[in-house]
Amino acid sequence: MRLVVDLNRCQGYAQCAFLAPEVFAMHGEEALLYHPQADEAHREKLAQAAAACPVQAILVDAVDAPAEAVSDER
Amino acid sequence: MSGDGSLEWLRREGRIVVVGASLAGLRAAETLREKGFAGSLTMIGDEPYEPYDRPPLSKQVLLGVATADGTALPRRRALDATWRLGVAATGLDMAAGRVRLADGDEVPYDRLLIATGVRARPWPRPEEAELDGVFVLRTRDDSTALARRLAEGPKRVFVIGAGFTGSEIASACRERGLAVTVAERAAAPLVGALGGVVGAVAAELQREHGVDLRCGVMVTALEGDAAGRVRAAHLSDGATIETDVVVVSLGATRNTEWLAGSGLGAGPRGIACDAGCRAFDIRGIVTDDIYVAGDVARSPHPLFGYQFLSLEHWGNAVSQAEIAAHNMLSESADRIPHMWVPAFWSSQFGVNIKSVGVPSMGTEIVVAQGSLTDRRFVGVYGYQGRVIGAVAFDHARWLPFYQELIETTAPFPPPFPMVDRRPDGQRPMDADFPDPSVPTHGPTVTLSGYSPADRRMTFTPAH
Amino acid sequence: MTRSLLHEILDYANRADPYPLYEELRKTPVHHVDDGAYVVSTYYEIRSLLHDPRISSEARHLASTAHDPLAAAAQEEDGVLPPSFLRLDPPEHDRLRRMTNRPFGPPHSPHRVDGMREELHGIVSDLIDGIGDPGRIDLVDQFSYPFPVTVICRLLGVPREDEARFHSWADTIAASLDPDPDADPAERGKEAHEARMQLGMYLAGLIEQRRKNPRDDMLSALATAEGPDGAMATMELLSTAALLLIAGHETTVNLVTNGMLTLLRNPDVLRRLRADPRLAVPVVEELLRFEPPVQLLPQRTPLADIEVRGVTIPKGASLWLVLASGNRDPQRFENPDRFDPDRRDIQHLGFGSGIHSCFGAPLARLEAQLALSELARRLDNPRLLQDPPPYRQNAVLRGPRHLPIACDGIRP
Repeated sequence: MRLVVDLNRCQGYAQCAFLAPEVFAMHGEEALLYHPQADEAHREKLAQAAAACPVQAILVDAVDAPAEAVSDER
Repeated sequence: MSGDGSLEWLRREGRIVVVGASLAGLRAAETLREKGFAGSLTMIGDEPYEPYDRPPLSKQVLLGVATADGTALPRRRALDATWRLGVAATGLDMAAGRVRLADGDEVPYDRLLIATGVRARPWPRPEEAELDGVFVLRTRDDSTALARRLAEGPKRVFVIGAGFTGSEIASACRERGLAVTVAERAAAPLVGALGGVVGAVAAELQREHGVDLRCGVMVTALEGDAAGRVRAAHLSDGATIETDVVVVSLGATRNTEWLAGSGLGAGPRGIACDAGCRAFDIRGIVTDDIYVAGDVARSPHPLFGYQFLSLEHWGNAVSQAEIAAHNMLSESADRIPHMWVPAFWSSQFGVNIKSVGVPSMGTEIVVAQGSLTDRRFVGVYGYQGRVIGAVAFDHARWLPFYQELIETTAPFPPPFPMVDRRPDGQRPMDADFPDPSVPTHGPTVTLSGYSPADRRMTFTPAH
Repeated sequence: MTRSLLHEILDYANRADPYPLYEELRKTPVHHVDDGAYVVSTYYEIRSLLHDPRISSEARHLASTAHDPLAAAAQEEDGVLPPSFLRLDPPEHDRLRRMTNRPFGPPHSPHRVDGMREELHGIVSDLIDGIGDPGRIDLVDQFSYPFPVTVICRLLGVPREDEARFHSWADTIAASLDPDPDADPAERGKEAHEARMQLGMYLAGLIEQRRKNPRDDMLSALATAEGPDGAMATMELLSTAALLLIAGHETTVNLVTNGMLTLLRNPDVLRRLRADPRLAVPVVEELLRFEPPVQLLPQRTPLADIEVRGVTIPKGASLWLVLASGNRDPQRFENPDRFDPDRRDIQHLGFGSGIHSCFGAPLARLEAQLALSELARRLDNPRLLQDPPPYRQNAVLRGPRHLPIACDGIRP
């Protein structure tokens, strides 16, 4: 699952890093490091993390079939 | 192309072409669909990849916690677009409404969005730039190649330029235990963006983490061995640094060359557009079918004296893309201006650096909260008696307050007491920005317009 | 507005449903109560004040507490222990919170809370197994109260056999935070003081033990810390431990009880939750908006005269931020009085915001998610026996004192 965090919004509340430590980690006190591509096994935790973000900065892929992405028809 | 009828037609069956398939292009396309655009959508990108996120390329990827091919951006929705990836746009015919592609194709449009962004400025001497082991970092391929080389455990990494990207690269290398030398022309890292007072803190941070930081020097030459591999860098102070990986981190160049001769107001400073993201032509007349968004745009900002700003900021790309998309599908009265307050972040050496406003317009700085020595603080920048920008080191939660001060053009220095305002945080200091006439890299905000006080321009009437 | 809206809100008679009063309150976003507190009730103003460095959390900056029963009660704390980080400003706040976070959360302890999932599940299962007569259950006494007490005690390293003593100390101290204007403040203060003393002495003994023989718990880690900030002074550690204990269950008990009450009032959501436990995630977020366990923050004060919505709040004035009202502000949330777990735009103030935002939020979230999804799954045909249920006195930490429910049986 692709994800991105809007780090302009992020204020380092670390809820995501508490709830889904496989995907999100704090780097120092306030900086967030995350895996831009989360393992399918962490889908539920990722949903927990995204919902818990106090500034709603986490965007998880809304497209189920990423193949839609780049079908290169002309 | 005016009146309700044609707009209805555009929404239903018009052709919108987006040149630039990165963050701004993607978010604009999603917004178009969200707002009910049902016509044909074509996404053109010179890289062969679907839109990906760049900030991780200098952080997670270099640290080895993610791979560059795993940075594709999540989608807000399905796009139903035709993707022309790996094919650069090479020209624009404004009269005919067509974009020319590198493979000879021409793509017609009713509305065009240009979001071609910037590219890394290469090392100026091509024969040295081509040495094996010399890198730049902007694209997914750049990052893959550099990460692979770092994983091989080079003896020393040499970073040219201590802007944000250069500093982040140095930070990642140190975290991986690699020896790093950073050479910076200015007196300290990050001075272009944040000035010398904060730059001094950044310098300490680097040295404390074991970076061999050399400021006030220029790199005079890169030297290769017989096999064409880089082996050393020579500095203006006479020093020679033995190195096997060189990362050239000298800022970015705007991707506007493909528009040369098109009649659009595009040049090395970017593409000028109005506050509604509509591009100007070279005569200074605003177009009504060509829009610009992201790093390649330069647009006037009401908070900053309507100066034209070029912002190499992630949040600006998203915001401007959304507004350009909205305006494309709107009657003139329904259009909205792009008034995003500049904001960016960087994380390096375990510190979260965030900024709002335009620090580089500031002439003075006051440490309003915390202390520089602790490296936890908010620095507030002042310009002509008002608050113009702020930077936080591990103090992000306070920034919304300072953004409000910027938005309301509050007086500088802030006259009121605040929690954790220290005695030395009462009086402003010279923010110590380098002379703007000396080229720097990494200011992340470029004032690319001309203020009335600027007398370098001469007006030559045409005949 | 004399014996005003604020007194109405504090009046126990209105505990079950203060929301119409909050709606009234929002008509004057900054409400000055007869020469006393300034009460802020609208979302954007509250959020902005929570990030405003001109606002202090320290009692010593309050000019006067004469007209403010809550602040008067809160000051009693200072007699025994130094203020906890809840009542401190930076840099002291930051230092203590950083040190407390070290054994609790990322970056140093990223797996502490996540690693408690199974244990939490076990505690929840045991409590539901032990419910007994399904025809008459008091969800508070039998579930919502013992659950977080057990969790916080395990987290800190308090032996289980001592939990009952905690229960009564914590209850007394929490009640002392109750701004009920009719109670005798002196008497209440004395009881709270006594409870604090006992709790403090108990904890001091435990800390001493853990310093000598550290275990894998937070008290041991805090007592033996060797971070860049050094170790906490014993008195600081006592304050911190007391804060964690009280905040750790006096709030979660309300979140869980309010949650079950709300679900029983919204049977369609309860049905959906039973079918899909993943719904617990948005249910709890919406709950934090809809029925936040901490209704208002009554302990702030400006360091300078500040202007909010045209009203000047003078330096040193008592400033109340009514989170629960901000969460129901129609300027911010569509249909704010509707409980809607499908709400997408949900940046609630349930855990506050800014530097003092709830320290235990991730644990509270997990606890509530687990508790509600398991209750929904295992209670067969649950129903309320009393609506509204009897509430606790406390208007700040608001929640039912008992929640009498019945069900047809307990599923395995």
